[in-house]
Amino acid sequence: MSATSTLTTNAEPSYLDYDNHRKGIFAWILSTDHKRIGLLYMFTIMSFFFIGATLGLLMKFELIAPGKTIMNAQTYNAFFTLHGVIMIFVIVIPGLPAVFGNFFLPLMIGARDVAFPRLNLFSWYVYLTGIALVLYSLFAGGGAPDTGWTFYAPYSFKTSTNMLPAVLGAFVLGFSSILTGLNFLVTIHRMRAPGMTWLKMPLFPWTLYGTAWIQILATPIIGITLLMIVAERTLHIGFFDPTLGGDPILYQHLFWIYSHPAVYIMILPAMGVISEIIPTFSQKSIFGYRFIVGSTLAIAFVGYFVWGHHMFVSGMSGVALFTFSFLTFLVAIPSAIKVFNWIATMHKGSILLDTPFYWAVSFIFVFMIGGLSGLVLGSLATNVHLHDTHFVLAHFHFIVFGGTGFAFFAALHYWYPKMFGRMYDAKWANTGWLIFFIGFLTLYSPMFYLGIKGMPRRYYDYDEMFHSGNIVSTMGSWIMIAGIIIIVINLFRAAKSGPKGEQDPWKGRTLEWTVPSPPPVENFDKIPVIEKGPYDYS
Amino acid sequence: MEEHRDDLASKTGMWLFLFTEMLLFAGLFVVYSVYRFKHPEAFHLAAEELNVFIGTVNTIILLTSSMTIAMSITAMQKGSTKLSLILLTVTVVLGLAFLVNKYFEWNTKIHHHIYPGSEIMASWGQGDILFFGLYYFMTGLHAFHIIIGLTFIGFVMVYIRKGRITPDRYVLLENSGLYWHLVDMIWIFLFPLFYLVT
Repeated sequence: MSATSTLTTNAEPSYLDYDNHRKGIFAWILSTDHKRIGLLYMFTIMSFFFIGATLGLLMKFELIAPGKTIMNAQTYNAFFTLHGVIMIFVIVIPGLPAVFGNFFLPLMIGARDVAFPRLNLFSWYVYLTGIALVLYSLFAGGGAPDTGWTFYAPYSFKTSTNMLPAVLGAFVLGFSSILTGLNFLVTIHRMRAPGMTWLKMPLFPWTLYGTAWIQILATPIIGITLLMIVAERTLHIGFFDPTLGGDPILYQHLFWIYSHPAVYIMILPAMGVISEIIPTFSQKSIFGYRFIVGSTLAIAFVGYFVWGHHMFVSGMSGVALFTFSFLTFLVAIPSAIKVFNWIATMHKGSILLDTPFYWAVSFIFVFMIGGLSGLVLGSLATNVHLHDTHFVLAHFHFIVFGGTGFAFFAALHYWYPKMFGRMYDAKWANTGWLIFFIGFLTLYSPMFYLGIKGMPRRYYDYDEMFHSGNIVSTMGSWIMIAGIIIIVINLFRAAKSGPKGEQDPWKGRTLEWTVPSPPPVENFDKIPVIEKGPYDYS
Repeated sequence: MEEHRDDLASKTGMWLFLFTEMLLFAGLFVVYSVYRFKHPEAFHLAAEELNVFIGTVNTIILLTSSMTIAMSITAMQKGSTKLSLILLTVTVVLGLAFLVNKYFEWNTKIHHHIYPGSEIMASWGQGDILFFGLYYFMTGLHAFHIIIGLTFIGFVMVYIRKGRITPDRYVLLENSGLYWHLVDMIWIFLFPLFYLVT
């Protein structure tokens, strides 16, 4: 891949300047350019991240001391429900695919856009509709929903709070996720640059491919399940109501048939981002490319068959328990393969110590803690002890926030110069990362201990014996927020007045680094012809 | 920039969308199987309440409409826009006929106070309640898909009139056909599960 010279392509306006015959904000919200849509998603997601994070911060503050501190039990229930709904359905599930997938998938496979640009914009509007419904549930009559983000039956049809808009909101958000996945699948199948065979495709597109399949194959199940909840509440059809013959456990099965694979929707693209950053910052070809591809597909596949591990204490046959536990252990293997490959890639590489690399390495660290604690929960005996305790909370946040969140920041710092054509201040970025990392560990690590000691999740109150652990954890939340603020301010300052970003500041080898920063509207002057693999540092 | 067009991509996209539709109904089929397994006798008796005659007529109507839309695509391929439009009109009429039948069927049931939450149903066993809950939900969702399909075909007809769908460029027509076949196929499963399990 010979680099296109910046001079020849500078004549074309970048996607940031081009006005597609519309003025002001309409040039953005009616744009079908995948890069602009990526940024639309990014700003929506960031705004809601602040709401979700604030809810989390307030919950941690409530837990700083036993008894009521700043809110009552009902408010706390509403807070953890909305924190979950917003963080999961609005931020983490669309997160990496909708922002960085939209922006970089066409660039990385050498295409001018995704396969269906208008459908792409439409998905964003569907996404906004879903968000509007979720927000409506907050403020409308009956009070904010209080069931937890899992909407378990029978709570979800017994509670008098605004369940309907929240559930419908999750349904609509799922629909948006399906459309994005569909778009990516067709794009990857049909629009790779000439010569880019499947095994010459970079790893981030590969993980988006696996993710898209999960989005398409799993999301409809939660869609229909949520519709059943709607029917249950409005039409009194007793799908899950025991008094009408329904089975609440069946709801749990249907919910987790989607929601467990959804965890892989969250983590696979994160692994893809890390698989891009590690070779670039080691200036070395990725170790075991085929194994990473294979493990991506294996995770996507096996991930379908492990949902039962969320329900070990709900009541299942012994055979089912054993099988789900076994399969859960199985899915750890491909994840571990990836970790080994990343480490092996760094071995004897010439490592550049820059912000994206710090994020990537800390990702591996927290992801391993999260993954190994997952095995503790996947074992039947320990699960009975730890079920619904703070241990689960810690595990989950290490994987989802530690995984997807760290990868999101890693991707942001890695691709920032490409996306905005400006460079951020590395010193502040590193400081922000360090504070965030320390805050993260301080916030979530004590939860492992609290959980083992028996502190349950989803209570606004606790026994005196858990006090010290909670104080540490709450202080961690303050440190982490400070880190986030530094990171965000630094990036905003860079967008306004940062020095001009180079075309290829990290000496990356994938296609997005061959176009100017920020990329022109049509991405490539001439569609490149691919002859070598994606990480060619020879 | 030259016009970008990739019919295979459009069709791939449509097939993937049909997958998701199938999975949407698959969730319901799972629920149906679980409850049928739990209450085989009640499902058997409740199914006798349904009118097999109307069900059969509706099955024939839908199968015929699938045929007419397939013929309409062939007509377009052979260059006969007019015949294609006529066949699409027949398809829409058949689809509407299905909905009218469905309306009368539901109406009679509701008239006899057989609907979720009614007093009569409350006095029945759990198996019957579940059967009719599923019946209304699944046939209702299916009818909703018929309406979406008809709207889709309606748009296709407008596009044919406006000359945006032509014998060289008819992937949208093909996609509407694919969608219609899916709706048809789901009915093929619903019909025996609700009407013929007696």
